[in-house]
Order: sequence, then C-alpha cells, then structure tokens
Amino acid sequence: MESSILTLLIFIPVAGAVLMLPFAKLYGKENVHYYKWIAAITTGIQLALAWILYQNFNPALSISESPFTVQIDWIKHFNIQYFLGVDGLSMPMVLLTALLSFICIIASWKIEKQALGYFSLFLLLDAGMMGVFLSLDFFLFYIFWEVMLLPMYFLIGVWGGPQRMYAAIKFFLYTLFGSVFMLLALLALYFYSDPHTFNLITLIHTVGNIDATIWGLNVKYLIWISLFIGFAIKVPIVPFHTWLPLAHVEAPTAISVILAGVLLKMGTYGLLRISYPLLPGEVVNFSYILAVLGVINIIWGAVNAIAQIDLKKMVAYSSVSHMGYVLLGMAAAISESPAGAQAGMNGALMQMFNHGTITAMLFLLVGMLYDRTHHRWITFPRDYEKPELAGLPGFGGLGAKVPVYTGFVALAFFAGLGLPALSGFISEAMCFIGGFSVFRTLTIIGTLGILLNAVYFLRAYQSIFLGPLNETYKDLKDISRRELVTIVPLAIIILFFGVYPTPLINMIAPAMDGIIKIVQSVI
Amino acid sequence: MSNLSSLSFYIPELIIISAILLVIILDIIPACKKYTFYLSLGAILLAGLFLWQSYGESHALFMGMISIDPFSHFFKIIFLLSTFSIILISRYEKQLDKSYSAEYNALLLIVLLGMFLMSSSINLIMIYLSIELVSIPSYILAGIMKNDKESNEASLKYVIFGSFASGLMLFGLSILYGLTGSTNISAVSSVLQTIDYPLTIYFPLILILVGFGYKISMVPFHFWTPDVYEGAPTPITAFLSVAPKAAGFAILIRVFYTMFTLDGIAPNSLPLTNINWPTLIAVGSAITMTLGNLLAVQQEDVKRLLAYSTISHVGFMLMAFAIISPDAIRAIMLYLFIYLFMNLAAFYMAIFASNKLNAHHIKDWKGMGRMNPILSFFMTLTLLSLTGLPPTAGFVAKVYVFAELFKHQQFYWLAVVAILNSVVSLYYYFKIVKSMYLDDVEGVIDKITAHPVVNWSIIIFSAQNILFFIYWEPLVGFIEKSISF
Repeated sequence: MESSILTLLIFIPVAGAVLMLPFAKLYGKENVHYYKWIAAITTGIQLALAWILYQNFNPALSISESPFTVQIDWIKHFNIQYFLGVDGLSMPMVLLTALLSFICIIASWKIEKQALGYFSLFLLLDAGMMGVFLSLDFFLFYIFWEVMLLPMYFLIGVWGGPQRMYAAIKFFLYTLFGSVFMLLALLALYFYSDPHTFNLITLIHTVGNIDATIWGLNVKYLIWISLFIGFAIKVPIVPFHTWLPLAHVEAPTAISVILAGVLLKMGTYGLLRISYPLLPGEVVNFSYILAVLGVINIIWGAVNAIAQIDLKKMVAYSSVSHMGYVLLGMAAAISESPAGAQAGMNGALMQMFNHGTITAMLFLLVGMLYDRTHHRWITFPRDYEKPELAGLPGFGGLGAKVPVYTGFVALAFFAGLGLPALSGFISEAMCFIGGFSVFRTLTIIGTLGILLNAVYFLRAYQSIFLGPLNETYKDLKDISRRELVTIVPLAIIILFFGVYPTPLINMIAPAMDGIIKIVQSVI
Repeated sequence: MSNLSSLSFYIPELIIISAILLVIILDIIPACKKYTFYLSLGAILLAGLFLWQSYGESHALFMGMISIDPFSHFFKIIFLLSTFSIILISRYEKQLDKSYSAEYNALLLIVLLGMFLMSSSINLIMIYLSIELVSIPSYILAGIMKNDKESNEASLKYVIFGSFASGLMLFGLSILYGLTGSTNISAVSSVLQTIDYPLTIYFPLILILVGFGYKISMVPFHFWTPDVYEGAPTPITAFLSVAPKAAGFAILIRVFYTMFTLDGIAPNSLPLTNINWPTLIAVGSAITMTLGNLLAVQQEDVKRLLAYSTISHVGFMLMAFAIISPDAIRAIMLYLFIYLFMNLAAFYMAIFASNKLNAHHIKDWKGMGRMNPILSFFMTLTLLSLTGLPPTAGFVAKVYVFAELFKHQQFYWLAVVAILNSVVSLYYYFKIVKSMYLDDVEGVIDKITAHPVVNWSIIIFSAQNILFFIYWEPLVGFIEKSISF
C-alpha cells in the first residue's frame, strides 16, 4: 500500500477519465451529471489519498529512506526510471494540487458545454500536475510537464472567453518554447554526468564533477540558463509573463484557479527541485539576478494590477507580483546568516502554498461574481459596447446586498495584500526577512510591493462593495451552498496557517535545510 | 554469389515480380480484374512472411550487385507495411478512378520492388537503376487522375525535377567510377581514402547527394514536393511521403556510411578528412527543417501543409546523419519507423476528410471534433506526435535524434535550431486542431463515420504513437540488431 500510494495519486485521475468512456457509450454524452460525479469522486479519492500520505509523512526521512518511494526501471538502455518520491518540498504541493483539483471540480459543476471533454481533460491535467510534483527522474518529470500542456490548451481554447483561441495557442507556444530548452538541459545533464542518469538524487552528487565547455562557456552555466528559461516562463518571471494575464482572463474560472494555484508553482518548484540542488554554484552566481527579477516581479505585477479595470486581470497580475516574493525568498539561500537563509527558503515554499490557496479563492470569488452579473469590470472601459455605461463604476454597494460573499472577498483580498493573522503575511514576511539578510536595498524596494498590493485590492473592494447599491444588482443572490463548499476550506486554511503556521514549517523545513546545505557548501 | 545460387535468397523479390506480372495479365481478362486487389495484398503478405523467415541473414547477391542484410530487411519491413496499407486504403478513396485499379496496384508493386532494390544496392549501377525503378512508376502514379489538371501538373513537375536530379546523380556516379575504377561501393570507398584532392571528391559526392536529396526532398532539392504532394491523389501522396523517402534514407545511409567508415566502424577522424562532410549535412539539415517549417506555417491546404511538414521531418532525420556513428543511424531508423505511422495516420485522416466532407482547406475541417470524436482524438494524437510532444512516439524519436548530438558533443547550434523548429511546428499542426475543436460551428452537427477500413487504419496507425511511447525498448533493440550492412 505504502509504495503504491504515489502511483495511485497520479493514475487515479487517469482511471477516472478512462472510466468516463463506457458511460459516454451507455448513457450518451448529454448526461452531464455522470461525468461530474465521476470527476468529483476521483478527485475526492485523490484528496483522501493525499491526506493519508500527509498523515504518514515523516519529514525527517530522506527520499531513499521514505517508505513511499517507488523506483522501477522503465527504459534500461537509456537508464530511465519510473522514480517517484515525496519529501518536504513536494508534500505541500501535492496537498495543494489534490485540494485545488477537488475544489475546481465542484466549482465547474455548472459546466454544460461538452462536459465529457471538459471533465476528462481536467482529470488528465490533474494527473500531469501530480506527476510533476512526484517525479524524481528528470525524464519522467519532463514528460509530465509536457503532458499538462495539451489538456490546458483545450480547456482554455474550448471553454474559455472571447479571445480563447489566441490565449490557448499563446499559452501553448510560450510554455513549449520554455520546455524545449529544458529538454536540451535534460540531455546535457544526462550525457555530461557520469554515470549517465536522469535520477535527480544521483545527479546531485555527479553534476558537480562536470567540467566541460560549449562555445567557450561552462556547460553547467548553459544548463542553468536553459533550465531557467523553462522555469521562468512558467513562474512567470517578467518579461516572460505576457502569456499569463491573457490565459488567466480567458480561461474558465476553475482553470484560472489551476493555472494560478498550481501551474505557476511548477516554475519555482522546478528551480528548487532541479536547479538548486544540481547546480548550486550557478545558484550562488545568479542569486543576485534572481533577487532583482523577484523585486521587478513584485513591483511590475503590482503596478500593472493597479492599472487594471478588469477584476480578473487584476487578480492575474497580483499573481505575478506574489510570485516575486517567492523568487526573492529563494535568492536568500546564499545568506551568510543561517536564520536568514532558512527564513528565505521556508518563506518561499510557504508562499508557494499560501499563494496557491489565496489566489484560488480570489479567482473563485471573481468567477462567482461573473456568473451572476456576466461582467467583471471594476470600471467600465471608455470604449464599452454600451456607451451610456462607459467610464462608470461596474458595481457598487454590493456589500449590503450579498454580505456573506462580501465577507469572503474581504478575507481573500486582505490575505492577498498580506494582512497579519492571514497566511499570506507570514510567508511574505519570511521572504522579506530572508531577502533582507542578503539584499538590503532590493528588499526595501520590494516592500513597496506590499503597499502597492494594498492600493489595488482596497480600491477594488471599495468600488465594488462599498457605497450606495448599484440598482442594476438589486436582485443579486448571495453565495450558494455549492459555492460555499469551494470557498470555506480555502478560507479555513488561510486563517489557520495565518495564526499557526508551525505544521507547514515542520513539514518543509528539513527538505529546505537540505537544499540550503547544498547551496551553502559551494560558497 | 553466382546469379543462380543467389535466387534462393531472393524469394521475397521474386514473389513481388510474379505478382506484378500476374496483376498485369489479370487486368486484361475482364472476369479476373477484381482479383488483382487481393492478389497484390496476398503477394505482399507472402513476401513479408519470407522476409521474416530470412531475417538476420547477410549475403551479397548477383555477383556483388545487391546485399541482403538486416539493414535492408528493416527497411523492407517499412516498405511492405506502407505499400500494403496504401493499396488497402486506395480502394476506399473516392478520387481514384476504379477502372485503373489494376494498373494502379501493379505500379505500386513495381515501386515496392524498386524500393527493395534501393535498400540493398551496393553497386553504383544498381543504385541508379533502382532509383529509376522507383521514380518512373511514381511519376505515373502522381498523374493517375488523368482528367485532373493538378494531378497532371504534379506528374509533369515530378518528371522534370526527377530526371534532372537523376541525371546529375548519374554524372556523379560516373565520375566516381572514373576516379576509382570500380562500381562496388566498398571498393570505391577504399580507393577514395587515398585521393588527396578534396575537390575531386566533393564534386561527385555532392552530385550524388543531389540525387538522394531529391528522393528524400532535402532542401534545396525539395521544390517538387509541395506541388506533387498537393496534386497527386492523397493515397499516393501518403505513400510518396513515407516509403520512397525511407528508401532514399536507406540508400543515403548505406552509400555515405560505407564511404566514411573503415570496415563499418566509425573512426575517430574521418578517413576522408579533406572534406567536412558532417558540417555539410548539418547545414543542410538546419536549412531543410527551417525552410520546411516556415513554409508550412503559411499553408491553408492540409495536404500542402503536411507536404512541407514532411520536409521539416527530413531535416530532423538528417540532423542525426551529421554524426557518423551506428547510434546515429539507429536514431534515424527509429525516427523513420515512427514517422511512417504518424505520417500515414495524418494523411489517412486527410483522405477521410476529403472523401466525406470534401474538405481540403484547414478551415473546412471545422467541427470535425464533434462530427467524429474518435477519429479527431486520434488525429490530435498524431499531430501531437508529429510535433514531438509526450506522451507520443514522436517525442521518443526526437529525443533519440537530439541525444546523438549530445552524446557526440557536436553541433549544439543545430540542436538549438531544431528545438526552436519544433516550437514553430506546434503552431501549424495545431491550426488543424484548432479548426477541429475550437472554431465555432453553427447549426446542427451530423455525425459522420468513416468506412471501417479507413477508420481502423487511422486508429491503428495513430495508436502506435502511444504504444511506442509507453515502451519502446524492444523496438530500439530490433533496430540495433538491424544495423549491419
């Protein structure tokens, strides 16, 4: 049981997707509820498995000691293994993926258009995401990384908004552009390391011995750059971020949640899982640039968010800003003070988890508003299709009409802007503490981001929920029970980790210490 | 081996020859005309059976004219598989005039025989003859739709380009004979090692490369490809894009590999150090894949798009040929084998679309995802494989080619060019996917079904893409055994 749980986590969704086919044959494609329920049950089982995994997870054990590790030869002559494992780095991501997948299925309950396709693609996407976080063989990791792209392309392209086709292909081309460079890095790692292997644990020890040059440049340096392009596009690090606002805005609500909640984390996860342990020397050389990019992300994302009048686009840019904290925290791994390095690295991973929950909640809430009102303009644009509305505020005074909804929005917005006692604050503060121990000036500039975050979140809150009620929305319905199911768990997590982050820190700290040790050893 | 004793090792070819003659004879007798189809298929199956039995043997037949060896066997499997499938599917193609079906089948069998010879020729004269034996029936096949203007144009263009290229090649072959005094390629090779003037070697080899390059449609000898592929009946296009190309690669590998190695072993430094062969091929490969891709981006016609995409795939295969080593050949053969399946599946889908919807343009494929969900799913899989993304065999093929460059630590610039090309290819392949699934369709959509043969051909050929992704080790093992000249 213990060794099969990781395999089940990945392939239960695949089984669910396959199971839908006989149902489609028997009951026809129009019987939407079958597919909904299959998807809900499979993701529910996955969530339960993830919880069992968490209960039995011992952060102190290394990958090789962990009872969950699976290692089977797949293609012998290329030395590719089916190698899955879980440690403090992947555990929070696995929980996040399982939770958000389940919630997103509930949030997609109203999908009627080609439900069979939607739910089966969603489950394949889920399997791909889980696979990325559990793979410890680089080849396997790459396969899962790529497998996600196709379902995502369709989910945006078929079920998305007006510009969905452009958004879908742009997302696909951008991420493929990044990942093909990763493929080059993968092959270079394989052929330059001795013995030739894709095993990410073995590679930690062997990559250090690589001493070769291509075009007069160190191979390790080139591998780092190639990997960085792949991961930076996923994060996304400015200036590679232009696919993100478009994809987030055009995608249906549940898919935006997955995009922002899980897919963005893969970029930073990849850096922590592959680039950091394998190429610590390059990490040391690059960390200043990483911190600069992080701060640029924080500021650029926030400034762009302020400029948005579309609520969903604002939330999308807030993700860019929030991922900047992760980069700043990660860059602090080179800190001379052990406490600084720990704060930075732990903060980075916690921020990945917390941002996953917060942004998921934000997108879900935006989606609910859109479902009811069919627009998301904070202020109508000047060239709006109804000229009499152009330039006017889109909503107003909803707080009195839909109090429960407003309460959750307040919670999510405050979590997003980093209010103490909510989870976002702790991880952001830790990233800054870590960053401050190495990059003083940069971090001080970065803290401006908190202020800017407050600007757009508070302004949006004020414009939508406060003031006199906009008469157009006098019949607005408050949050439904199904929607509560999607929101409440996230709200509880945000509150809980805001007050008591210890379980999260305990879970990740040993793994992060391991990475810090590797990085520190080459300074 | 003497001519007479060679015959016992020549049974598959003899079966094909007798089938050709029988088909032609049966065509004259009206009552027997309808059996030619089954006869052709039966002959191919029988030839395959004998081929399978003799796998692993290695002989030089007919006084050193051709060589029967595992390498040629591997390619013969590809030829048999594709010809069988094409003959089968042509019966259900509406474009073709069925009253010529016997001639059509006979011509395909002649091409098959020519390809068999091409893959096993070890003599300069035989090389020329076998290439012509493939080319001439191909010209006719491209123009078999007598009343179609485009088909006629395709045929004529093919003849002009083909005869020009083979003329140049013949010139190169004769210079080679003049230089070395022998027509056997290994004898030619050993004499060439002693020649010290690079230009004298460059000149004939490049002329020969023109001939081979034309067969595999390598840039800049590719100009015939899009027009011929567009004008020819779709089954023939599918056939031309796979089988003669594989034959072209077989002969390319055999001739140049023999010339650049000593006794079949890749030396550390090339024996013909005077000419920088790998760079020549690498540049050719980069230009081929880039040009093929860039031109494919602008295409609106599905067949034309696939034609340009085959050019870019040739570029990918040539990439491995820039490395002279058995492993690189393994990568090419693996690519060819997988390419056979994915390309045929894509063309069969085009046959289905043009038969049922009269759809030739990408935009005519609109709503296909709902008209026939199963075939559209497999088509998407095929296009994914053509792009080279997991979880498909196309990805495996590309990884092996890239791996060769990294293993030999050469031509990294080519790897970067190729990787960018695969991003470009995603764009145009997914124009088809977009049309099938994403574009809005108005009105009620009727389901359309394909004839079972077409249906299952597409499904089986594209299902290979998953199969060879999940476990490709036996396939590579088989190919490894087949690299023996």
